[in-house]
Amino acid sequence: MSRRPRASGYFRTGYAQDLALVEARTERVALAVLLLVLLPFPFLASPFLLDLANQVLLASIGALALMLLTGYAGQVSLGHAGLMAAGAFTVGILFKEAQAPVWLTLPAAALVGALLGVIFGLPSLRLRGLYLAVSTLALHFLVVYLGSEYETRRGYSTGIVIDPPTIAGVAITSGRAWYFILGVAAASTLLICVNLLRSGTGRAWAAIRANETVAEALGIGVAAHKLLAFVVSSSLAAVAGALFAYYRGFVSVEAFSLFLSIQYVAMIIIGGMGSLLGAILGATFVTLFPYAIEAVLRAMPGAQRYAGSLFAVNYAAFGAVMILFLVLEPLGLVGIWRRVQTYFLMWPFRHRPTAGRQR
Amino acid sequence: MQLAVNILVLAAIYALIACGYVLVYRVSRVLNLAHGELMMLGAYLLLMTATQFSSHWLVAIAAAVGLSLIVGVLVYLFLMRKMTGEMVLAAVLTTVALGILLRGAVVFVWSAQQQYPAQRLEIANFAIALPGGARISLCAALLVATTALVYGGLLAFLRFGRWGVRMRAAGQNPLLAAQRGIDLHAIYALAWGLSTLTGALAGMLIALDSGLDQTMAIIGLKAFPAALVGGLDSLVGALAGALIVAGAEVLLIHYVDPLLSEVVPFLVLIAMLIVRPWGLFGTREELDRV
Repeated sequence: MSRRPRASGYFRTGYAQDLALVEARTERVALAVLLLVLLPFPFLASPFLLDLANQVLLASIGALALMLLTGYAGQVSLGHAGLMAAGAFTVGILFKEAQAPVWLTLPAAALVGALLGVIFGLPSLRLRGLYLAVSTLALHFLVVYLGSEYETRRGYSTGIVIDPPTIAGVAITSGRAWYFILGVAAASTLLICVNLLRSGTGRAWAAIRANETVAEALGIGVAAHKLLAFVVSSSLAAVAGALFAYYRGFVSVEAFSLFLSIQYVAMIIIGGMGSLLGAILGATFVTLFPYAIEAVLRAMPGAQRYAGSLFAVNYAAFGAVMILFLVLEPLGLVGIWRRVQTYFLMWPFRHRPTAGRQR
Repeated sequence: MQLAVNILVLAAIYALIACGYVLVYRVSRVLNLAHGELMMLGAYLLLMTATQFSSHWLVAIAAAVGLSLIVGVLVYLFLMRKMTGEMVLAAVLTTVALGILLRGAVVFVWSAQQQYPAQRLEIANFAIALPGGARISLCAALLVATTALVYGGLLAFLRFGRWGVRMRAAGQNPLLAAQRGIDLHAIYALAWGLSTLTGALAGMLIALDSGLDQTMAIIGLKAFPAALVGGLDSLVGALAGALIVAGAEVLLIHYVDPLLSEVVPFLVLIAMLIVRPWGLFGTREELDRV
């Protein structure tokens, strides 16, 4: 994560400061305020809002995983839903066949994700851009096919029902408990991403994204780092899928259509490519968007007339928003956020000074 | 024998759809992932014109074909024109978004129910017995004939037509083509129009044969491997690719597992991407960076 300098011109003077994630007082205050908002939230919110928050947290994990791969390592993937399906089905199959507990299924899902990551990543060694996107798309269909094959062969054609996970003998069923579990999961995913990106691996990914030939000339193992990007992203995605399966208590291929892959790609575009904050903002936006549309339609006169075509309106509006972001604001929500930030930092001036500008 | 006929019909469907992918890709290097939805829109346009001109089926089809040409040109003028010069991936994602938008709009306007334009046009879709004991429905036979006609027309147009030569030039080297006074925007708009037109033709004929609902867009996506196997910038390749994909699909469904239908084209696609990413007849290009 590239740190933008503060307007105050704060400079680090030691290695400890270099390593610190939260360094300035304003950041500490902001983090404390964020925690103060997030911690009591489940005790105040309605079950519906709590469910929304949980969905956002789940989507954030998946979006962060895809952001690592596409936004930082520059490898396009349209098979994200396939990887999440793999994680969910690992949970479903292990539960049905072996009654495996959660501390076994989650690592297994991560492992399956990592293996699939190697498979998804192998084409990237030869293919780039468009062709890579197409190959991941094809692999998505393959994974989903295997899942549906399992469903029909074993007679779970409507889906696999799984019990809630038990941690220390307590079954996790309440939305409140899920909120904290998913919150911790999302926060640790974020931490993993931040730390990976400021390590040598992250810099290697950035170099590959910028120019593969130059990266190779600099002595970076391009093939190994590409595969690593796929492996890390895929195992995170598979864990997200596994958590999704536990949260819903239900696994079915229906949930992992191509549309889900597109939604995740939309999240990182709408959020803003190459920014972890963007992944979270995008996940929030895309998850809440259908509910917002529904609320707007309800508020409009003659709501009954639209009730039947709510799905269609949602679909069309989602496509329209995606187009608007691609055409009008390719930097996404983060782009808007940065512009607002710059506006206030520079006020009363309108532009950043050109001399001494970073990057 | 029936198997051979089935392969032929499916190959004709895939080939007719795939030439839309090829046209747009060859001219502007953009992969149009909304092609399936555009094709579905064409079929729904036929449903619309069918209610207007219910007595003259030829008029209805001609009107729908004309409308779909206009739709294609409009898509370029109002959307894809803004994406020229952007990253190729952004353009592709725009087409994906367009596809979602179209799918929602189609359900909103025409509902999600299965429709039968053939009934409205009072076309009797009877089966024709072929020598050898095989049968083919009238619309399927029409589809094979249309595919042959469209391919003949397109190949001749690209080879001899004034605008066809311009299209090839724009595809080969846009900068030089523009320097020679070729209006690139007009060429791109034409390519989008023709691509949508051929896709819509396929959509209409499939709808006449077996009804119409939202699953049609998936057929469009399944035809994409045919285009890629043959080489994304080669029309002849699309024909060959369609035959290969359709052959593999029909034979595997028949001998192995009907559930495979959804994945066979993509399995062929993966195999092709591993062996020869640029396809059977495609030009080997410097693949684009993200």
